[in-house]
Amino acid sequence: MDRTPVIVGIGLSEYPVAPDLDGVQHHVLAARRAIEDAGIDKSEIDGYVNAGGGGGMMVDDVVTMAEYLRINHRYIDGTMTGGSSFEFHVQHLAAAIRDGACDTALVTYGSDQLSRMGRRLGTGGFTRAGARVSGPIQYEAAYGNSLVGSYAMYATRHMHEFGTTSEQLAEIAVGVREYAMLNPKAMYRDPMTVDDVLSSRMIADPLHKLDCCAITDGGGAFIMTTAERAKDLPKPPVYVLGAAGAQTHWNISQQVDFTTSAGAQAGPEALGRAGLTHDDVDMLMFYDSFTITCLILLESLGFVKQGEGGPFVSEGNLKRGGKLPLNTDGGGLSSCHPGMRGIFLIIEAARQLRGEAGDAQVPDCKVALAAGSGGWLSCIGVAVLGNEHP
Amino acid sequence: MTAHEVKTVEEWIKPLPQPDGVSGEYWQAASEGRLLIQQCPKCGHKQWYPRALCTACATEPEWLECSGRGVVHTFTVVRQYGARPFRDELPYVIAMVELAEGPMMLGSITDCDPDDVRIDLPVEVYFVKTADDVGIPYWRPAGS
Ligand SMILES: [Zn+2]
Repeated sequence: MDRTPVIVGIGLSEYPVAPDLDGVQHHVLAARRAIEDAGIDKSEIDGYVNAGGGGGMMVDDVVTMAEYLRINHRYIDGTMTGGSSFEFHVQHLAAAIRDGACDTALVTYGSDQLSRMGRRLGTGGFTRAGARVSGPIQYEAAYGNSLVGSYAMYATRHMHEFGTTSEQLAEIAVGVREYAMLNPKAMYRDPMTVDDVLSSRMIADPLHKLDCCAITDGGGAFIMTTAERAKDLPKPPVYVLGAAGAQTHWNISQQVDFTTSAGAQAGPEALGRAGLTHDDVDMLMFYDSFTITCLILLESLGFVKQGEGGPFVSEGNLKRGGKLPLNTDGGGLSSCHPGMRGIFLIIEAARQLRGEAGDAQVPDCKVALAAGSGGWLSCIGVAVLGNEHP
Repeated sequence: MTAHEVKTVEEWIKPLPQPDGVSGEYWQAASEGRLLIQQCPKCGHKQWYPRALCTACATEPEWLECSGRGVVHTFTVVRQYGARPFRDELPYVIAMVELAEGPMMLGSITDCDPDDVRIDLPVEVYFVKTADDVGIPYWRPAGS
């Protein structure tokens, strides 16, 4: 019995704008499409995993969704590390499937973030004035930091230490946009230049509007099982070659090094488990919440030395046709970012490894690396996927 | 150590810390113009924010009163924020301040043009008393 963990089904709900779907419906539509794509019976699913967090008023935690979907599971996991949850899920499921804790598992995510925000527009943001705040956020909440601000502090420090420039960060957004132009569903598909990024409004210095990801609706699902079971299924299996996760902090106040991430631990571990080196990787799926997120991941995972990410980007290495094409679905920057993007990294990597990516196909793609960032570059999950049996 | 300036406000409409069993003393001291971090009696490790254990060796830490001086380690100028009251105060500076004692803490730098803030800028603490039991630490360029 070959219990090598594989991905055999992938599904997306509707994006970037789906006003008729709530968060739970995004989970469910993606799950139905992943089950159909895998060619399995729903009754085979004996493991269920999700990270919650995407349903707004709807409850989409793992036990509620397991009930809604009526999955008779032997294995359940609700690990929530923010946007990287799904890379951690791959790590956990790979172990569970090898161990026999389950045979066939479903992972789902769904969020109606854009449509929900639209419905609430004008009623204010995330902070209630005068509210009492508990937990570690009590040391931050009074100052009015923003999500962008936290990432911006990485960019400020990285520029200071290594001379990284706004132009170099903008090149990342431009490269991802070029892929978005190949994706008819992407949120933003107009051609974009470095100057466009630099002349867009400053949100939190030094990050401009076009350094920031889109806000969309969306959902995704994937199904993992054994290589044995995959032999009878219609789609070519995508092998989980290695996966690892690590955490340096959660709240931004507890980061101590604003030039790197926990990817420095998780990246080499995931590649090591796969028995591969950086040179074996054909394409990258990075959590591109912001351009700086990609640069920090690129360096901390070890694809370039620290401080060399900026020049590496400027040479076009992350673009279509480059050495390490990045975010071939148009990324969170230009295509789809409903709040926790990590699941789309796995789905797009699988699509590439199956050779189903159409105009965006990376030629001869054998190994893809997905790196999710959760929180504020806090929890980094890395999954190395391939289309050849290890 | 001498206490630092404590400003009072008539009405505090921003989020207010909820003192707990560990943070109560920290917020109380801040309301009196003193900045506390923690130091471990066993291994000497210093830490912020306050916790019920030393993160290096798990010993119960002790309070250490700080000089209230530090330098900017990194920062951003927030120019967009969706909600009041912060939206009404844009732009403003969020920074990580490296304390003279070692640990870093998150804060805001005031009393200067946001465009004048730089990494390594020396800063000193002051406090805004927001409730009987709470003072919020803020930072401004040293000597200003
Ligand atoms: Zn200690």
